[in-house]
Amino acid sequence: MTENKNISAGTPLLEVKDLTRYFDAGYKMQVHAVDHISFKLQKGRTLGLVGESGCGKSSAARTIIRIYEPTQGQIIFMGTDISHMNQKMLKPYRKNMQMIFQDPYASLNARMTVRDIIAEPLLAHGIVRRKEEANEYVYPMLEKVGLTTEHANRYAHEFSGGQRQRVGIARALILHPQLVICDEPISALDVSIQAQVINLLRDFQEEEGTTYLFIAHDLSMVRYVSDEVGVMYLGQIVEMGVSDDIYQHPAHPYTQGLLSSIPIANPKLAREKEGGGIKGDIPSPINPPAGCRFHTRCPYAKPICAEQTPQMKDIGGGHLCACHLMD
Amino acid sequence: MSDKILSIDNLNISFMTSNGEVQAVRGVSFDVHKGEIVGLVGESGSGKSVTCMSILRLLADTAVIREGTIRFEDEELTRVSKAEMRSIRGDKISMVFQDPMSSLNPLIKVGKQVEEIIRIHYPKKTKEQLYQETLELFRKVRIPEPEKRFHSYPHEFSGGMRQRVMIAMALANRPDLLIADEPTTALDVTIQDQILKEMRTLRSDYGTSIIFITHDLGVVAELCDRVEVMYGGMIMEQAPIDDIFENPKHPYTLGLLSSIPDVTQDKSKRLVPIPGSPPDMTNPPKGCPFAPRCPYARNICANEIPEFYTIDENHSSRCWLLDEEAPLEDNPFRT
Repeated sequence: MTENKNISAGTPLLEVKDLTRYFDAGYKMQVHAVDHISFKLQKGRTLGLVGESGCGKSSAARTIIRIYEPTQGQIIFMGTDISHMNQKMLKPYRKNMQMIFQDPYASLNARMTVRDIIAEPLLAHGIVRRKEEANEYVYPMLEKVGLTTEHANRYAHEFSGGQRQRVGIARALILHPQLVICDEPISALDVSIQAQVINLLRDFQEEEGTTYLFIAHDLSMVRYVSDEVGVMYLGQIVEMGVSDDIYQHPAHPYTQGLLSSIPIANPKLAREKEGGGIKGDIPSPINPPAGCRFHTRCPYAKPICAEQTPQMKDIGGGHLCACHLMD
Repeated sequence: MSDKILSIDNLNISFMTSNGEVQAVRGVSFDVHKGEIVGLVGESGSGKSVTCMSILRLLADTAVIREGTIRFEDEELTRVSKAEMRSIRGDKISMVFQDPMSSLNPLIKVGKQVEEIIRIHYPKKTKEQLYQETLELFRKVRIPEPEKRFHSYPHEFSGGMRQRVMIAMALANRPDLLIADEPTTALDVTIQDQILKEMRTLRSDYGTSIIFITHDLGVVAELCDRVEVMYGGMIMEQAPIDDIFENPKHPYTLGLLSSIPDVTQDKSKRLVPIPGSPPDMTNPPKGCPFAPRCPYARNICANEIPEFYTIDENHSSRCWLLDEEAPLEDNPFRT
């Protein structure tokens, strides 16, 4: 989350090349959930993925962490291609990639105490052999995420949403992973609690150099936490670049429409705002539109947009955009 | 905007639970004028939904209205009979709920569901009239190809389209008051933007008054004329929209405003969260409900609930810091 425009230096912690994940939808049809996405993520930085629901941002995250098997493409993590590694070989890499889930109510086992939830990764990766040994790791972690050691013996249902999300964060961070995938970590939380969780994630990044892949539909929050942002539409990344560039000079008509849809928390500016927005709904990912996938909703669509898929191009300073209007 | 259509006065609602009485709404009073959009803002558990459910008498059986009056036009809603309430509901007052996925009957065509709400209140209308009115409503909320969509089932619609159906149903009988309980929270920003635009059009076309419940201050800024900020079952601050953002007079409002990033937020600056979490309403704080989380709290705040202090004709706030005897140092509201 530092202001550093030099994004190409060094080997990336995570590189995704042409990653694709299709799901069978029966009747020989396939859902094109993630369709040839590529990006690099440098250590210690945050990449935000934004887009409407159904655009494939969560599927992309789950494929990267190998909850889903990739249909095609490569995931290169810490310099190694893990895209088709078997579970046993994958284990040391898994230790370095953890996930924080959206729903703090559904992602914690109701029958386990908070201590056991946070200690489970330690046991799974053989860092401790027995639960009792885990306390020396669990207690400091609890304090780090703003809970107390008294909370260790309680169950998830005794906590508020914000506290539960802290437990989820403690579980993800107890192994000190290199990469943490945050899939809508704050969208289930109250406004006054969201900032607490964001600041907590930020603290960890500053202390340990944690790398985040941050997925959210709250565009203002994504801008705030991310160094770079990728905008996804129907399984593809349509625009990508340094977050301030994307937000201040959006190039793709989809990004422009998406950004103009954000409600502005300032009544005077909100009244001045006119037009903007995007018409219609996102089309089905089973038979995505030919050519540019956004052409059915795009106010600037030309005949070529329905025929040819636009390629990602650098439009200056590492700002990538896939749109025929850029030709 | 002088004619009041809804006037809530000193409303107190409790839930009887196995853990004792939960005071969900405590002394809530506010008015809604004709053609006005009032935002009800607060976190989960602040009492905003309960307040609105009580207007339509949709509260669970465990809820008791302890005190207070809800005056709508010429009727006292806390006293009308069940039958009278049924005739008001969906006709003069209607409601749009948060979850468009579960508020429609999955087995009935959406067009029929909209027709039903007109037919119940106006049984003399012919089939053709009902059909035409429904198509007109679908056009109004911009459902494409209304003739075809009339015969669709809810599962064939996306979330945004379902919410449009819900809004069409709510508007079917041209209500004087529309209560929208977080109608866009489950939707994408692009769809939210479309729905908010529809709401504004409806207000200007029909003069419908709207109570809009939300926790999103951005949505409030875009849509509302006036805001009631709720916390711990009470209204903490009430003011016209510009005052809430430019001249907030309650530490909770201040806290909410500084804990959200906007699109121009300086990224090197940290967000300032409100510490702690919302109060447990089975055992609410004795004094101001926000006192345990308030950076300016003093002794009196923990012990006595403040009354409203008037800032000007339209703006008032429930905070001890506005008292004449409040200290001047470390006081954001008195300089």
